[in-house]
Amino acid sequence: MRISTLGYSVRQGVKNIGRNKLFSLASVATMAACIFVFGLFFSIVMNFHNIVMTAEEGVAITVFFDEDITESRIQEIGRELEKHEGVAEVKFVSAEEAWDSFKGDYFGESADLAEGFKNDNPLVGADNYEVYMKNVENQKDLVAFAEGLEGVRKVNKSDVVANTLEKANKLIIYVSVVIIAVLLAVSIFLISNTVTMGITVRREEIAIMKYIGAKDFFVRAPFVIEGMIIGLIGAAIPLVFLYFMYGKAITYILEKFSILNHILDFLPVNEVYYYLLPIGLALGVGIGFMGSAFTIRKHLKV
Amino acid sequence: MIELKEVTKEYSKGIAALNGVSLKIEAGEFVFIVGDSGSGKSTLIKLIMKELDPTSGTIIVNGQNLNRLKHRHIPKYRRTLGVVFQDFRLLKDRNIYENIAFALRVTEASPRVIKKKVPAALSLVGLAQKYKAFPKELSGGEQQRVAIARAVVNEPVLLLADEPTGNLDPTNAWEIMKLLEEANDRGTTVLVVTHNQEIVNEMKKRVITMKKGVIVSDEKKGGYNNED
Repeated sequence: MRISTLGYSVRQGVKNIGRNKLFSLASVATMAACIFVFGLFFSIVMNFHNIVMTAEEGVAITVFFDEDITESRIQEIGRELEKHEGVAEVKFVSAEEAWDSFKGDYFGESADLAEGFKNDNPLVGADNYEVYMKNVENQKDLVAFAEGLEGVRKVNKSDVVANTLEKANKLIIYVSVVIIAVLLAVSIFLISNTVTMGITVRREEIAIMKYIGAKDFFVRAPFVIEGMIIGLIGAAIPLVFLYFMYGKAITYILEKFSILNHILDFLPVNEVYYYLLPIGLALGVGIGFMGSAFTIRKHLKV
Repeated sequence: MIELKEVTKEYSKGIAALNGVSLKIEAGEFVFIVGDSGSGKSTLIKLIMKELDPTSGTIIVNGQNLNRLKHRHIPKYRRTLGVVFQDFRLLKDRNIYENIAFALRVTEASPRVIKKKVPAALSLVGLAQKYKAFPKELSGGEQQRVAIARAVVNEPVLLLADEPTGNLDPTNAWEIMKLLEEANDRGTTVLVVTHNQEIVNEMKKRVITMKKGVIVSDEKKGGYNNED
């Protein structure tokens, strides 16, 4: 194909937008509505996922040792645990640290109640490794691995927390896939309908092109370029709007539900847009491309 | 140039728009196809343009068997034809220059060729000064002249005109026919479907008369009496 032909198709695509102002406006509005809903949902899912991931990071298994274990074996176990692919961090907690932590958690402000124990640490022999996982789904494997290590007496785990987080994670993935698929189908349907309206108006123009020997590509290219530009504009508008609304929405939520501040760990807008911007724009252009390319196909048999 | 062998076209089962039509048109001929509405004239043009496929029979145009022509090769075939319609069929949102240039652009002609050929085609139909005008700013006769310029700009071997004077007054109708005759003089085979008795009888060309999907007469220097 000649460069001049490609240039002509692009120019015609741009001109078509101006020639069919109402249709273009309707298409941009439809696309903007779809991408807005998508962006909104995407931001919520990303934040929810982040909250779950943050919660997962706090979940650890505790590895206790045999009573007669040597210091060097404890260090070896530490190194073996660190080597395991599902392990994010291994932290050694001595019996003293464990007792201090327990005192803080259990007695709280009434620390004097613990005075009765004086220097008599009831957790003596409770040296352990706190092992943090990369993914809570790996807990079962990791527990089995740790239990199999020589010198390990017992491995404590939290099945309830791990299972709940794992289920929450899976739920997010399933719901995301379903909602995104529905949104995409609806978007393509709406865009296809709007494009059909535009093409119906220009059916005669397409027929003339075909009568004088235009190839399908030549007829289709300006329509497809037009669809892609409409998709790009239709995606850019809600993305810009959401960008500025995101910070305001978070501030509002945190103010209204301040009780949840320590649970809700929202992502900064730039982190969300690192993914949302390219995905949103690609979706807009992609839907515009598919909507126009598939719709015009039906009208090319002249 | 054009050969039809026992061509039948049925739009719905049992109702034939063309019924076993056979004819031969040589290169360089000027032929009128006449007949009442529903006689099958427009169907014949559509079959030659490969807009329709015959139900049975064979159509050969310029050595090409249209029955075997694949969809992807239709554009290339149509570029060897020039087509003129009763309702002009110009692109309303483009000026006259662009309308004619478009016929060259679809063939992927270079910008240099387009710049050379469009003014030449416009001069041929006497509209060189109006190249910037849009179709709605022109009279019916002028629009049809633009359509002829668009049809001849690619130097087609065959020019098909479906009721080219149907929407025009007698003066403009004669001007259009003159342009078609000039194209024929330059070597293009011209096939004109018309109802215009005066033009057919005056021009004394080959006349094929159709009735109810069959050819009822084919005369070398024929006439047409639509009161039959």
